Amino acid sequence: MTAPVLELRNIDKSFGPIDVLHNITLQVKAGEVLCLLGDNGAGKSTLIKTLAGVHQPTRGDILMDGQPVQFSGPRDAAGRGIATVHQFGGTFPLMSIGRSFFVGVEPTKGWGPFKRFDRKTANRIAVEAVQNFGITRIDDGDRLVGGLSGGERQSLAIARAVHFGARVLILDEPTAALGVKQAAHVLRIVNEAKRRGLAVVFITHQVMHAMAVGDHFAVLIRGAIAADFHKGEKTREEISDLMAGGESMADLEAQLGTNATV
Amino acid sequence: MLNNLLSRPAAASILSLIGVLAFYVIFGGVDLAKLFGAASWMNYAARIGIVALPVGLLMIAGEIDISIGAMIPAGAMTTAIISGYYGLPIGFGILGALTVGVLVGLFNGILAVKTSVPTLIITLGTLVGMQGIVLAGSKLLTGNASVPLSAPDWAKGIFGELMFGGNHQNLILWWLGLTVVFWFVMHQSKYGNWIYALGGDKVSARNAGIPVDAITIRLFVLTATSASFVGMCHAMLFNSAQVSGGMSDIFNIIVSVVVGGVLLTGGFGSIAGVFIGTITFAIVIKGIDFTDIDRNWANLIIGLTLLLAVGMNESFRKFAMRATKRKPA
Repeated sequence: MTAPVLELRNIDKSFGPIDVLHNITLQVKAGEVLCLLGDNGAGKSTLIKTLAGVHQPTRGDILMDGQPVQFSGPRDAAGRGIATVHQFGGTFPLMSIGRSFFVGVEPTKGWGPFKRFDRKTANRIAVEAVQNFGITRIDDGDRLVGGLSGGERQSLAIARAVHFGARVLILDEPTAALGVKQAAHVLRIVNEAKRRGLAVVFITHQVMHAMAVGDHFAVLIRGAIAADFHKGEKTREEISDLMAGGESMADLEAQLGTNATV
Repeated sequence: MLNNLLSRPAAASILSLIGVLAFYVIFGGVDLAKLFGAASWMNYAARIGIVALPVGLLMIAGEIDISIGAMIPAGAMTTAIISGYYGLPIGFGILGALTVGVLVGLFNGILAVKTSVPTLIITLGTLVGMQGIVLAGSKLLTGNASVPLSAPDWAKGIFGELMFGGNHQNLILWWLGLTVVFWFVMHQSKYGNWIYALGGDKVSARNAGIPVDAITIRLFVLTATSASFVGMCHAMLFNSAQVSGGMSDIFNIIVSVVVGGVLLTGGFGSIAGVFIGTITFAIVIKGIDFTDIDRNWANLIIGLTLLLAVGMNESFRKFAMRATKRKPA
């Protein structure tokens, strides 16, 4: 069996006297979607930032392909193929699709000090990359990113990460701000990334979305892994209960006196 | 076609320029041929335009520099004190003016990247501070607030002289040349893309590997140095330098840039827009002398042009966001 692409072993993270993560052990393999579930404040953001090289773990090891690694910063992690896509796509609303796709790695033509940004090539590659992910509505690289829908922006960011050789895709609440249709759109892209053999870490608090694409689930409560299970091992209700901190949703609803009618 | 044109940052500035010209022709009885040949507005456009170019870049990158208002007299006084009062060769005066620009730019830029103080406040500090330094320094060294300078012919021929036996300053050629250089950097080279990214989202830009701090510092150096360059050229042209002046330039330059379609919050704008915005501003201010309108109304027209242009920019930008390729019918 091949080693997981990315693995955390007994990771602790504290900021001064405040412990945020305790003893986190996780792994994600190529072609697999790991769903990280957790309520607000459970430590999801800190965990993502540790994976993306923004924070160094206080204790414990990060392994890539079975080898221990230390990220000196987000660029180092990105260089090793870890790409993070944030809730709003991390893109530039007032830039064109072609320009924003190649920010920092602009293709140029020409010579010496007269090297020019190759707009045509940039637009063509960007549009191709997005269309390969099934977003055929994007066909003009000169369009502004801000004119795209939330789902399309997410898709553009994911396509960009894949184009530049990402092996691990960290998706931070990609469906949180989206409507039902747009979310389905993004979930299809996640599946496509998985099919291409990427290791995907999918952070969400929407159990439905997690169950639609996840192979492996981890529930984070107060900075620790409260449950770690595979697809089909738990029902939706059980997962919701876990996320609510062990209290069952039914109890919670009774407490609030609101018997949900769904 | 129209779609494409309107979604460009310069669209509003072109319409503003046409509007102002139409207004002057219809209500002021302007002779357009005479206006276009006139030196007064071109000289003024060159003065603010040379500074408006880097200020435009800086504003696209999401920052602002108002210390330029003190840097124009600072450049003039440095040249005049070194080469006029102390009589050193003009080369030292030129070098001195540019050095003062680079140093103040570095100071602004380093403070901007090292602290989280808004650059409006930082450069407000350097604006007032530099005014103090220039006035006190001039009094201390020369005992005067105005210093004469007589630059040799070769230096005047390059930096400050009238051309074609008329009233056009050769600063106009510098302005046109620099516009081409800035256009290339902003719209052709990859650095333009970096500047857009800076104004769009600094964190994402940094994560994408763009040297955010280095670019920010360089842009501040560029704005301060171009302002001291203009001051230096004017000192040679007018054979003297004064400590005062330059305060109105701050707003005139920023108005030109904003009329030119640059977004105050960064991330959007173009060199063509800044160029046309500068021309629009200069024609309103100086072109009014060619009309039957009392020149005291010029500021009102500037104010209205600004509001109109910004209003248009807002709607055109929304339009650009929406604009999709029309499906073939």
